[in-house]
Amino acid sequence: METTLINNSFASNPAVNASSAVHSTPYTFPKEHDLATLPIKMEVKDLSIYYNKFKAVEGISLAFPANQITAIIGPSGCGKSTLLRSLNRMTELIPRAHVEGSVFLDGENLYAPGTDVVELRRRIGMVFQRPNPFPMSIYDNIAYGPRLYGVKKRGTLDEIVETSLKQAALWDEVKDKLNDSGMALSGGQQQRLCIARALAVEPDVVLMDEPAASLDPIATLKIEELMQRIKANYTIIIVTHNMQQAARVSSFTAFMMMNEQRAGTLVEFGETTSLFTNPKHKQTEDYVTGRFG
Amino acid sequence: MTEMNAVVPSVATKVSHIQSHKGFRRRKAVNWVMLALTGLITLLAVVPLFWIIGYVVAKGGQYINLDFFTQLPRPSGIPGGGVLHAIEGTLLLTFFAALIAIPIGLFAAFYAAYHPNTLLGTLLRFGTDVLSGIPSIVVGIFVYALVVKPSGHYSLLSGSIAMAMIMLPTIIRTTEEMIKLVPVNLREGALALGAPEWKTALQVTLPAALSGILTGFLLSLARATGETAPLLFTALGNDRFNLSRMISSGVSAGQSIFAIIGNILEQPVDSLPLTLYKYSQDPNIDRINQSWAVAFVLVILVLTINIVARVWVEARAARLRQ
Amino acid sequence: MQNVVAHQRKKLPIFARIESITKHGDRVWTGLNIGMSLVVVLLMLLVGILLWQDSASSRQAFGFSFLSPFTEAAWNPVENNFAAWPFIYGTFITSLVALIIAVPLSIGIAIFLSELCPPWLRTPLNLLVELLSAIPSVVYGLWGIFVFLPLVITPLGQFLGSTLGSVPLLGSLFSGPISASGSSRLAAGVILAIMILPTIAAVTRDVLLAIPSSQREASLALGATRWETISRVLLPYGISGILGAVILGLGRALGETMAVTMVIGNSIGASASLLKPGYTMSSVIANEFAEAVSPMHSQALIEVALILFLMTLILNIIARLLIWSVARKSTSAVRV
Repeated sequence: METTLINNSFASNPAVNASSAVHSTPYTFPKEHDLATLPIKMEVKDLSIYYNKFKAVEGISLAFPANQITAIIGPSGCGKSTLLRSLNRMTELIPRAHVEGSVFLDGENLYAPGTDVVELRRRIGMVFQRPNPFPMSIYDNIAYGPRLYGVKKRGTLDEIVETSLKQAALWDEVKDKLNDSGMALSGGQQQRLCIARALAVEPDVVLMDEPAASLDPIATLKIEELMQRIKANYTIIIVTHNMQQAARVSSFTAFMMMNEQRAGTLVEFGETTSLFTNPKHKQTEDYVTGRFG
Repeated sequence: MTEMNAVVPSVATKVSHIQSHKGFRRRKAVNWVMLALTGLITLLAVVPLFWIIGYVVAKGGQYINLDFFTQLPRPSGIPGGGVLHAIEGTLLLTFFAALIAIPIGLFAAFYAAYHPNTLLGTLLRFGTDVLSGIPSIVVGIFVYALVVKPSGHYSLLSGSIAMAMIMLPTIIRTTEEMIKLVPVNLREGALALGAPEWKTALQVTLPAALSGILTGFLLSLARATGETAPLLFTALGNDRFNLSRMISSGVSAGQSIFAIIGNILEQPVDSLPLTLYKYSQDPNIDRINQSWAVAFVLVILVLTINIVARVWVEARAARLRQ
Repeated sequence: MQNVVAHQRKKLPIFARIESITKHGDRVWTGLNIGMSLVVVLLMLLVGILLWQDSASSRQAFGFSFLSPFTEAAWNPVENNFAAWPFIYGTFITSLVALIIAVPLSIGIAIFLSELCPPWLRTPLNLLVELLSAIPSVVYGLWGIFVFLPLVITPLGQFLGSTLGSVPLLGSLFSGPISASGSSRLAAGVILAIMILPTIAAVTRDVLLAIPSSQREASLALGATRWETISRVLLPYGISGILGAVILGLGRALGETMAVTMVIGNSIGASASLLKPGYTMSSVIANEFAEAVSPMHSQALIEVALILFLMTLILNIIARLLIWSVARKSTSAVRV
């Protein structure tokens, strides 16, 4: 009884939470959007994901606006990475995992029979938690994707490598050593190399699975800056356990949590500003004010 | 928000180089063909296995009977008789080989596991690798030069030493791996209680690693049992080897048990693989048929040991995963 | 407490013995550990030393002409003249045939086992491939002589002889006809291929499995097919380990004795053809050593063993270095 009272008093005073959330970061929130009028790039409908018989993610419905950054946050184990991986069907690499429900890209269901994963993964790129460059030269790392799609001309490849590296804000640092191994770069550079590699196949959507989790603050900042710079051209969906990061980079945020059966569910989805300053659910509020997780 | 599905065209400010539909069907076809090919190859690879096992069992099984296991061989050309001498020889060779290889392997493995970075540890690992790579025929020549030539005669002892050399690297490697898998805190706990190193090793580490170590012994035993080349110039072969007569005449002459064992160790002996090899070169059809029967026994023996050992490993691993 | 002491005093001799063992136990233990390790190291050295010593007069008598392909002298026990080139050639050519057949097949198997095989099928298939290497060499030989050679090698040899036999250059390798029994260098090579296949496949499989899954994910997420991922990322990544596996297999092929001795025909012969009987280094030892009467003959055979030992020694060192380099690379894949 007592606890409810306390919680209620917090809920009735969102200004407290709002100010604490805002003051914890020196950044201003992006300009407010009206979610209902935005064009939608990807949409998830009633999605559940199972590992063997265990339900890891349950009944998620959610839409990702085009050319915006959407963050998925939540405590660890809530299934946010699993959800992200299902968006380009990387969940299929896990034996005995299966997906129910649908995911639409430009209105097409990725899980419809006959859909080709190879083609859809080209359109939906992915950046992983730990940088995973191939043990080849920087140039070959970027050119790997385009070569798969039959780009052979040296001039075209050169152009793709340069544009991609420029987009990933890495060009100035590596333009004189394109033939060095990608493994020889620092962690932050490796991660930007991986972003450049993903951009080189000209995807529509870029999925980022805690891209800065293994990086230091300066390298993290570089990644966040580059996300802001490229979002005009791509729809970005980022999973992060770092609320400040979500607040800094995203326009929209989805908050996930485990239910009693330890399945991840969507608690709240909305504009980042309102989700952080004026959460509609108590769980969201507890989480963003740091009282949980 | 679910009802709006406005489709956004990809931003067309940049020049597109990627045409993913181009060559797409060819790429998918190549993918399927190559993946199917690897499956087909795997299927092809197990064909010889089933072919050999099937043929050996079908052909060799016909010539298996009680005499085969209990009788000594008759002279070539006279049908009947068995390979009791080779069975006894194989058992004796394997037994003495294990007697030599297991202590050496066990102690060396403990050293290798706990002192990997000393000079001796490095040399030991290198030595183990070298020994495991030596062709078995070279082991035969080596033991000939080491034992047979100085002693002046072929013997069970020299054959056992050669077989022990074949077993040693496997024993050292698997034992070392198993010792390393025993959790450090188990060993440290015992040492912290003041237990001496040797007691900890024998009472804590060894029992914890035992089933893995036994698996290693079994596999090395299976391999050594099937070896022929190291025995060609050491145990040589001896189709008049008669264990029971040697024991009974030794006993009746009042010899001590050590004298009898010593006497047996001095004899050249046959083994199943040696017998198989010799019989297969014999022009006499009975001998060739018997070589198939020997192959039957060898294959069943080796496969059984291997399957038991591996299923055991698998079951243990499954239990550990739970 | 008193009782215990009294009890122990009664059994004094035994107790003292246990006590003294316990006191020196660690010293005895360490001594045995070091001692047995030294035995292994000495054994390795002794192999080299004894083979070197016991081939002294052969080495002095024939020098490098023993190894030379251009030497006039032949292997002639009657005239006590020895030159090992025909056996070196036999070992080389049979191992080459074995590798040409076994390497692509093994890599295919390894790919299937590590990348494609459904989990429930993996354990039984691994077992089957490993059983292939457990079958004793003599059994391969026996099956080879009576089943495989007449059914497969003889027709294959006839086919190769009639098609490739007349090609310039390559033709000398396939000049026939092959004997009805099928005993030939080709037979030895094919049987060797079957025998080394499990070794190469198992090591290659382990090399592929050691590649971090982030490499696969990175490639697949770019829209690569499975095969493109395997051929353009995984195989290049593991190339040095795979090379190590191949060399390990080659080491086995060089030293394999019984099966080869039983199917190669054991004849020095003048022809270099694959379809003709030959001799390998190991098979000449197996075949002649027990009957070598003159000291020079057995010394020459021991020298052949010495060469074989050195060859496998060098190959093993190279193979281990290569496999080790992959293990090292995979742990330092990410430098943060």
